Amino acid sequence: MSGAGQSSRRRLRGMVRKEWLQILRDPSSIAIAFVLPVVLLFLFGYGVSLDAKDIRLGLVVEHMDSQSRDLAGAFVRSRFFRPHYYRDIQSAEQDLTERRLDGIVWLRHDFSRRLEQPGGAAIGVRVNGTDANQARITSGYIQGVWFGWLEKYARAQGRELKTPVQLDHRVWFNAAVSSRYFLVPGLIAIIMTLIGSLLTSMVIAREWERGTMEAMMATPLRIPEVLAGKLIPYFALGMFGMLLTVALALWLFEVPLRGSFVALLGASALFMLVALAMGLLISIVAKNQFVAGQIAIIVTFLPAFILSGFIFDIGSMPAPIQVITHLVPARYFVAILQTLFLAGDIWPVILPNLGAMALMLLIFMAIIRRRAHKRIA
Amino acid sequence: MEEPVLQLQEVTRCFGSGETAATALDGVDLAVRAGEVTGLIGPDGAGKTTLMRLAAALMLPDQGRIEVLGIDAVAEPVAVQSRIGYMPQRFGLYEDLSVQENLDLYADLQGLPPARRQERYDELMHMTGLAPFRRRLAGKLSGGMKQKLGLACALLREPELLLLDEPTVGVDPVSRRELWQIVYRQVREHGMSVLLSTAYLDEAERCDRVALLHQGRLLGMDRPAAFSEPLTGDCFVLEVPPGVSARRLQRDLQAHPAVADALVEGEHIRVVRWPDQPLPLDLLGSEGPALDFRPVPPRFEDAFIRLLRSPDEVPPPMPQIGSAGAGQADEVVIRAERLERRFGDFVAVKGISFQVRRGEIFGLLGANGAGKSTTFRMLCGLLPVSGGHLSVAGRDLRHAAAQARARIGYMAQKFSLYANLTVLQNLRFFAAAYGLRGRRQDERVDWALDNFELRPLVQRNTGVLSLGHKQRLAFAAALMHEPQILFLDEPTSGVDPIARREFWARTNALAEAGITVLVTTHFMEEANYCDRLVIMAEGEVLAEGTPRAIRERARDPQHPEPSMEDAFISLVAHREVAA
Repeated sequence: MSGAGQSSRRRLRGMVRKEWLQILRDPSSIAIAFVLPVVLLFLFGYGVSLDAKDIRLGLVVEHMDSQSRDLAGAFVRSRFFRPHYYRDIQSAEQDLTERRLDGIVWLRHDFSRRLEQPGGAAIGVRVNGTDANQARITSGYIQGVWFGWLEKYARAQGRELKTPVQLDHRVWFNAAVSSRYFLVPGLIAIIMTLIGSLLTSMVIAREWERGTMEAMMATPLRIPEVLAGKLIPYFALGMFGMLLTVALALWLFEVPLRGSFVALLGASALFMLVALAMGLLISIVAKNQFVAGQIAIIVTFLPAFILSGFIFDIGSMPAPIQVITHLVPARYFVAILQTLFLAGDIWPVILPNLGAMALMLLIFMAIIRRRAHKRIA
Repeated sequence: MEEPVLQLQEVTRCFGSGETAATALDGVDLAVRAGEVTGLIGPDGAGKTTLMRLAAALMLPDQGRIEVLGIDAVAEPVAVQSRIGYMPQRFGLYEDLSVQENLDLYADLQGLPPARRQERYDELMHMTGLAPFRRRLAGKLSGGMKQKLGLACALLREPELLLLDEPTVGVDPVSRRELWQIVYRQVREHGMSVLLSTAYLDEAERCDRVALLHQGRLLGMDRPAAFSEPLTGDCFVLEVPPGVSARRLQRDLQAHPAVADALVEGEHIRVVRWPDQPLPLDLLGSEGPALDFRPVPPRFEDAFIRLLRSPDEVPPPMPQIGSAGAGQADEVVIRAERLERRFGDFVAVKGISFQVRRGEIFGLLGANGAGKSTTFRMLCGLLPVSGGHLSVAGRDLRHAAAQARARIGYMAQKFSLYANLTVLQNLRFFAAAYGLRGRRQDERVDWALDNFELRPLVQRNTGVLSLGHKQRLAFAAALMHEPQILFLDEPTSGVDPIARREFWARTNALAEAGITVLVTTHFMEEANYCDRLVIMAEGEVLAEGTPRAIRERARDPQHPEPSMEDAFISLVAHREVAA
């Protein structure tokens, strides 16, 4: 059967060459594969920051004594806050309501007395909760400053701190707590989803629209050759997008890569196959570009953006949503990416995620194999 | 007898479900013989494409058996596809690949051994005349060149059976003629069998054998002559007596119970009578001139019409037009002078001039890409002109497009109706869009329903209507505001010949009421319905005049009675000689 093998190879080579020529001549392919990664990187690398900096904090000091002055000074010295002083809580709350403040720390006139009373609330805190993420960070930072000051105060008094819990607060892996460090690696998952699912499904839909798919299907081409003919070029394109993103991440944004490059390459290759499989699945259903694009965005791109842990922490999502995230392949890849970049080759984290992606790939491929056929209706 | 190369037994194929369910093929039995050109003839929606796709093993039948070259197409699609050549509608070319790259791709896909390629490429490029364009992108070829490249791609491996789905639709007559020459050469030199579908009835006579498909059923299959022979002695042409309106005479003839078909052909009327019926010699009354019916040999189209019609059929009512068309006869209502339209570097319309008078049917004739639709859109004020002067209904379109537009009706290609609205909702929408409200709107909607026989369809969704019904609805919608000038862009494309005749009968009635009608078409024979026309190619006007005057130009010893198609081909040839 060497003759059959040879003509099969020839058909596949013809398909791949055709696809490659089309990619090179089509501005929208180039845009998605080369321009979009750069735009997204700059957007998320420079533009979007989830860090709380320069939090506008209202310091209400009703009675200025030495303790109050000392604590207020601790807030002023912190690099996270930009404090404003108030004499009464009403005007501070007014400013909070009118969004001139992100949070308030309220030291009542009997602050020094409350400090000595066990169990009493020594300070009052108000935080603008409109942006829940920002609110959590703000109250976290306020707590940090408060506990830090309490500890120092207690030591100065020569006795044990009376707060019930002692926090030993340290940030690992991303010591500078810079959001860029986890956003930029996560972007790789987004970019590969765009190339693998959106671009691929739209390119196949275009062939249906223009009638070229019909002409192709009427040749002795086999289904595996059709699939491979699309997989190979877009796999290469997706991996190129990945390498471009990694290069920019490492050298432009100076994100550390603490794991091994080989592990990164392997995990990316597996995810690329998953993304392509989703693209192929969509193209089985959608035979025009508009529908294909819509489905790809809703089913692959938006979940990769929102439900993968790329931006929003999965742990703080409601339980039903957390369950749904398990169906999003990007979730596993984002976990691997953030581990590889920020922590290192932590195999107990990487292997289960790789396993989940491999399982999804198998399921997708099985569906494609069952559903794809050389019939046009 | 040799085994057929394609055999269908009791093949049925349906699409959709519920209200939109449609039977594309209904129990079709068909055998295509080896070494012949078989034509699959029928209007849009007859099931031609479904049959082609079934033969190419691209679709499964709901019922029945399909054998291609002795292979079961359902069980072994790839075995079938290794031995056939298939060209889908729109030719299946990659427009962003060059001519050579398309050839390479299809050679790879069809498994043409590399050693044989160069020779085959050269042969096909020579045959199609594409040799000088091998590096050009397929998307930048003309319609005729694309068609020939598509054919070359399907012929690369010399298939035993060649399937061509509407290869000639919208392509200029010169390219059509060349395609037929290439196809017959394959049959003669390689013994190839060909199945070719077409909506052009005149192409039936070029086939060895014809399968007639109508609404999913096979009406008959035979040599083309076998269809027309029984009509011998029933076909006539009639010289229109001086002082008699050809259109009115045609209408009266069509209404006569003895007449199966009456068709204006230039200054003649072609009449097909029902068998054993006397000719209506005294149609013009006892005082009027006697009609001189001259017997002519029957054509395939005559047979097709007589197959589809029944003797007791009542001709449809003609639209009653009020005073909309009142005005001075012979007044020039459209004047185009050195009209030009550029798209970037591309000049789609190259400085053309013509005039249209009130109550005329004026035709713009040409292949796809000749610049007809661009000209049309400028005339309707839908597209600004790049150069020249244009006035419509006495208004300069550069300055008063809106005022001119209130006086014109426009029926777009593919009809632009709302598929998910009912017939009534579509009519109400278009009436409202033209500013008709209340009583006036009700009157006009009623007028449209009665005059266009739409009442039985009033609650049907437009998307499920047949093409002929859609055409009627679109026609009515364009007339809601009683325009003085009507623009019809490719109104008959793909519509079956009966619906086409009804369409022209209605158009004639409008013209008689004084409405000016402009129409584009790529059916050369439809030019005969026009009072005057221009023939366009590559953005230029090749000829302007009455159909007779244009045909006269092509008269030579080889063509003593030239058809409009002969005239077109001779015009193009002269232009090329001049260039």
